[in-house]
Amino acid sequence: MGITVDSPRRRGLLKAGAALTLSFTLPLATTRAALAQAASPAASNTFAPNAWLRITPDGKVTVVCGSAEMGQGVLTAIPMMVAEELDADWTLVSVEQAPANTAYNNPMFGMQATGGSTTVRAHWTPVRQAGAAARQMLVAAAAQQWGVDAASLRTERGQVIGPNGRKLGYGALVEAAARQPVPEKPVLKDRKDFRIMGKPTRRLDSAAKIDGSAKFGIDAHVDGMLVAVMARAPIAGSKPKAFDENKAKAIKGVRKVIAIPSGVAVLADGYWAAKQGRDALGIEWDLGVHADLSTDKVSTTLDEGLQNASAIAREAGNVKDGSANSARSLSAQYDVPYLAHACMEPLNCLAWVRGDEVTIWAGTQSQGPAQGILSQVAQVTPAKVKVNTLLLGGGFGRRFAPDFTIDATLLSKLSGSPVKLIYTREDDMAAGYYRPVSRVRFEAGLDDKGQPLMLRAEVASPSIMAASGFMKIPDNGVDAMAVEGLADHPYEIPHQRVAYGRAEPGPQVWFWRSVGHSQNAFFIESFIDELAHAAKADPLKYRLALLEKHPRARGVLLLAAEKAGWSRPLPKGRHRGIAVAESFGTWVAEVAEVSVGKDGAIKVHRVTAAVDCGQTVNPQTIARQIEGAVVYGLSAALYGRITFKEGKVEQSNFHDYPVLRLNEMPKVDVHIVQSNEAPGGIGEPGTPPIAPAVANAIFAATGKRLRQLPFDGEALKRA
Amino acid sequence: MISFRLNGQPQQVDVPGDTPVLWVLRDTLGMTGTKFGCGVAVCGACTVHVDGEQRRACVTPIESVAGQQITTIEAIGGDRVGQAVQEAWIKHDVVQCGYCQSGQIMAAVALLRHRPQPSDADIDAAMSANLCRCGTYVRIHAAVKDAARSLA
Repeated sequence: MGITVDSPRRRGLLKAGAALTLSFTLPLATTRAALAQAASPAASNTFAPNAWLRITPDGKVTVVCGSAEMGQGVLTAIPMMVAEELDADWTLVSVEQAPANTAYNNPMFGMQATGGSTTVRAHWTPVRQAGAAARQMLVAAAAQQWGVDAASLRTERGQVIGPNGRKLGYGALVEAAARQPVPEKPVLKDRKDFRIMGKPTRRLDSAAKIDGSAKFGIDAHVDGMLVAVMARAPIAGSKPKAFDENKAKAIKGVRKVIAIPSGVAVLADGYWAAKQGRDALGIEWDLGVHADLSTDKVSTTLDEGLQNASAIAREAGNVKDGSANSARSLSAQYDVPYLAHACMEPLNCLAWVRGDEVTIWAGTQSQGPAQGILSQVAQVTPAKVKVNTLLLGGGFGRRFAPDFTIDATLLSKLSGSPVKLIYTREDDMAAGYYRPVSRVRFEAGLDDKGQPLMLRAEVASPSIMAASGFMKIPDNGVDAMAVEGLADHPYEIPHQRVAYGRAEPGPQVWFWRSVGHSQNAFFIESFIDELAHAAKADPLKYRLALLEKHPRARGVLLLAAEKAGWSRPLPKGRHRGIAVAESFGTWVAEVAEVSVGKDGAIKVHRVTAAVDCGQTVNPQTIARQIEGAVVYGLSAALYGRITFKEGKVEQSNFHDYPVLRLNEMPKVDVHIVQSNEAPGGIGEPGTPPIAPAVANAIFAATGKRLRQLPFDGEALKRA
Repeated sequence: MISFRLNGQPQQVDVPGDTPVLWVLRDTLGMTGTKFGCGVAVCGACTVHVDGEQRRACVTPIESVAGQQITTIEAIGGDRVGQAVQEAWIKHDVVQCGYCQSGQIMAAVALLRHRPQPSDADIDAAMSANLCRCGTYVRIHAAVKDAARSLA
């Protein structure tokens, strides 16, 4: 369809990770200019100094969050940041979701979008400045009222406090504060004065999520809407060869059948009729160039990618010299499969195209880009596209993609009705966007003491950058996401070379929680473990010796090891593995405690995680995100696999794409490093270390090195 | 017309009898607290109670519950056990994205009605039929235990 999103910044920014600190600030002037459109219609007696907050005469503070909530806790973190600098009474703070508006652009992306574990670090300065500006205006208003110098006043929990114990609540000051000039350079608090940030804080969105009142995208409703269910094209390039429109229309409640480029949609009065109509289509596909796609063919394509791996992602020293001087060498090949995101809420979007206006209600991670994309779909101007962000029932990167909003908008335009499109679970899973398959071939040379002199890695994997529609593979030919975590792994090895070979078996690839780190941490942290064992060294000590220039890596390794009791013996049958990775500006080390049954069953009993994400906002969220990231990564390590046969995905639902259940949940202990470093991301960095930590524990238990995900329990069976 | 009781009130709907309870609730009655996850009774997001027993609404035809009492997440707080579970969910800050939590809570209430003082193994067995992709399992387990304690 030729749709492109113009966002040159995301690639570099996502990749830059830790290198990005606080250099991005959103000038308050921009915030102010956008306020007229950004804030919801404010009553005249409401103090709304910028797009991020408003205060009413009853003293209640409403924080407006521009990031999408998918479980990662932004609807609590952003209010904590505003409230801290505002010196608000936390019990009077509530939150609401912002509309799509440039006032809420993510400064790391240059657009309003939620991903890359960026919300807190991207908004670290501007959002706190928004709170600080409001506080200064409230203080100025009180100073005026009392006829004293503003410098003689202080604030505490929603009150301005003056000489002789005089107090004025923020609510009483709203009208006067609104008349004060907006400070050009609001002064931020000293960290030692924080009362809210850094303290474990309960979520603000819990109450609505336990009584059914929370509104997710799938809950959107407008009168007169039709519900659409699609038969989605199974693979890129496929087209419907034949389908029976009349059979679908014979179902009571079915109104229309519409073919669009991504599949055939049945529009009905409700989901059930539409679903029955979809199933009645009896659709046959022309699978096009990928008709013979199979998992074997994917493997062949990866081998070709390895043979052609010539785009250099990392070069240090000279690997030939390193090899020549080595006392011994090791080589290994590692593999990971395609993965589905499998969000609990199937993808959906309600769209309404009316004349030259488009309105959508959706749980989307790309609120800003949606305006540009959907304006092209409906052929209207971007300013005429209104995006209402509802809660996301899981995102994990999948809801960054535009497919479901495009489909819904097209269907509304073509049908003339508001249309709520809901993917069936089967279409969500089997006609999806996937974490890329990847294969790496390692070779290492060790000196006579077992220390690595040389490390070579060739990576074959599809390119997310090319698939994204808004990035390009740079001139050096390296897809940064295919090699992240490998091209920048922290181990000090004199001679290194990492090369990328693009391999494109066909399926659409996409960002998946922690992106390239999700596989590359498994690769490098398993292989480093192999080197440690080859050197007959303790895997922790071996790592530490190669990490002298990375104190944060050492810090999390040592903390996780200490808390896990690394040097203490375990009960019989239990074994430990350790792994560390940096992603999205955050270091995480995990120790997995594992047993392997005679039948090859792998049981993960306990995971001890240490995280250094710099300065923190909500330690409670950090602990939960690490727990969740461990579960997400364990599901992938133990079960996750999307495979292909005759051009189609073989999995369809949770029975054949199993994910971890409660009875398989390990105990997870999370320890947070106290740090003055710049804030890092937290939604994703817990995922990369878990697969290698478990793989390394399995090796400790069995002496068998599992180099493929998901783990093959069959290979561990003992007679 | 199919008649049943919904959260204590009489209710009638004019839909084909094979329509799953899930879609009667969501599309016909506009009660969206009960969630669609898989459509094949493997994820538990759509869990409701029918005459007090937990049931997967996505595969339960509405005609099969004619004359019976359906309870959904919207009304579970009106029940002593339901209220205790919701309070424990807040206390333990269980939710993340929250999408599966209606079903989790309905499953937890059903468990505690049958076994007011469940063992860890009881909780594992009962709550493993409900999937959560955010990984809130540790908190769910703790919250169920805590709710049981508060009801003792």
